[in-house]
Amino acid sequence: MRRFSWFNATSLTVGFAFLYLPMLILIIYSFNESRLVTVWAGFSTQWYGSLLQNQSFLDAAWVTVQVAVASSTIATILGTMGAYVLVRGGRFMGRTLFSGMIYAPLVMPEVITGLSLLLLFIGIGLDRGIFTVVLAHTTFSMCFVSVVVSSRLVSFDKSLEEAALDLGCSPFDAFRLVTLPIIAPAVISGWLLAFTLSLDDLVIASFTAGPSATTLPIRIFSAVRMGVSPEINALSTIMIAIVTVGVVTASIISKRSSLAQQRDEQAAARAS
Amino acid sequence: MRRFILIAVPYLWLMALFLVPFLIVLKISLSDIALSIPPYTPQLDLSEGWDGIKSFLSQLDFENFTFLTQDPLYWRAYVSSLQIALISTVLTLLVGYPIAYAMAQAPDEWRPTLLLLVILPFWTSFLIRVYSWIGILSNEGFLNQFLLWTGIISTPLTILNTNTAVYIGIVYTYLPFMILPIYSALEKMDGSLLEAAEDLGCSRLSAFWLVTIPLSKAGIVAGCFLVFIPALGEFVIPSLLGGSDTLMIGKVLWEEFFSNRDWPVASAVAVILLLILVVPIVLFQRNEQKQREVDQ
Repeated sequence: MRRFSWFNATSLTVGFAFLYLPMLILIIYSFNESRLVTVWAGFSTQWYGSLLQNQSFLDAAWVTVQVAVASSTIATILGTMGAYVLVRGGRFMGRTLFSGMIYAPLVMPEVITGLSLLLLFIGIGLDRGIFTVVLAHTTFSMCFVSVVVSSRLVSFDKSLEEAALDLGCSPFDAFRLVTLPIIAPAVISGWLLAFTLSLDDLVIASFTAGPSATTLPIRIFSAVRMGVSPEINALSTIMIAIVTVGVVTASIISKRSSLAQQRDEQAAARAS
Repeated sequence: MRRFILIAVPYLWLMALFLVPFLIVLKISLSDIALSIPPYTPQLDLSEGWDGIKSFLSQLDFENFTFLTQDPLYWRAYVSSLQIALISTVLTLLVGYPIAYAMAQAPDEWRPTLLLLVILPFWTSFLIRVYSWIGILSNEGFLNQFLLWTGIISTPLTILNTNTAVYIGIVYTYLPFMILPIYSALEKMDGSLLEAAEDLGCSRLSAFWLVTIPLSKAGIVAGCFLVFIPALGEFVIPSLLGGSDTLMIGKVLWEEFFSNRDWPVASAVAVILLLILVVPIVLFQRNEQKQREVDQ
């Protein structure tokens, strides 16, 4: 084992400072008393207060949460189906096209996805609103879910499913009782990914939302174009805090469950 | 029957909301702008049967594409997007590699935490991360305040609303995409190979150059594509951090659509952007494929 060198220590320190300082500054200055965001004038939580009074932000936040919950849930169902078809579906007509359609949205520039969906909605005369944003977000996030879930499906032992089928399970029961519990962690992280992608998306939502449904990123973007504001700093701090708590909790849970699984496997190995 | 439904539902969903919309873009890129709702012509009128389809097809042309090649604005936008994406990819590699390398060298018990610290920004809102740089890079921003305070500069630097700010923004937001694949390549590397190289007379630097870099090549290539591909079509970063002279194709498409309301030209811009992206995407897929074969 090599000694951890000065060079490595410096790259880690500088690298993580680069990654975290901007967000840290944002958080600190959300507690600034002054409206001038680059001059410190004393501690205050007034911007959080004025944020909570701001109805347009609250409305946008509510729209965003509705869209994110709906689209990530539908995307998880469709994406898991897609992953199952890709990994276990065998041969069927147009399989190549199907896998292409799963992978292409991952690398498609957002401006193109947004533009094409908007043109579709206008072409079929669908009024733009929350519903169209949900459709748009479901479509691109189901592909991310598919990729996450299929990587888990590939690595798990197919004979477990076959055993369930041999023992008289219907294919659906085999999926529900055997496959689903095993791929559950991947399905959950797929849902979380879809949820975050939806919360985060500005470009596709701007194209597909129309004037009636303003999501939080659209609202933030129009405010930010005017420059830095302490209310946006406060809003950012709240969002960063939620994500940090979520990610850290998820990683602790997954670490515990993998430790528990290890223990079970060791116990099983001893018993046999 | 169940199998049929299982395949048909996601299949039809993607057909309807991914493939068909894209075909519509292709079709509109061949149409002409018109003062109507929707603002392009011809409209497909299926009620007239075959004649309708025939007259519809005869009115499609490549006029918008010819227009794009003639107007230097678009040409410059494509070139400058490629240039910005390329330079920021190289910069991200230069910043990301040492971090990934140090993470792979770090003691085992640190690694999960370090990995978490790299992934955490990825889950944080992209928009907020870009926004956080506005306050740092502006004329009265923290960077200028700091540099003035240390005495390195005597007048504030103009960074915000320039291409430099766009580079910083891209490097910052896409850094995790670069670090993660390189880290996973370096982590798998057998440390005894380096010892062997040094035993055989390599200096540490040439061992790094001759052993470590080639062994992490797949990670480097994957990371570069993961930065380059999204950076090429980037909209948020150039519009928030870039200036009025920062030309990027995502921004041009947006303005063509929302400000000029020229849908046919916006669609043609999108089609060409996709054609440019096909090359790196195919190369990326090939790299991944090769990697999977090596792993097996």
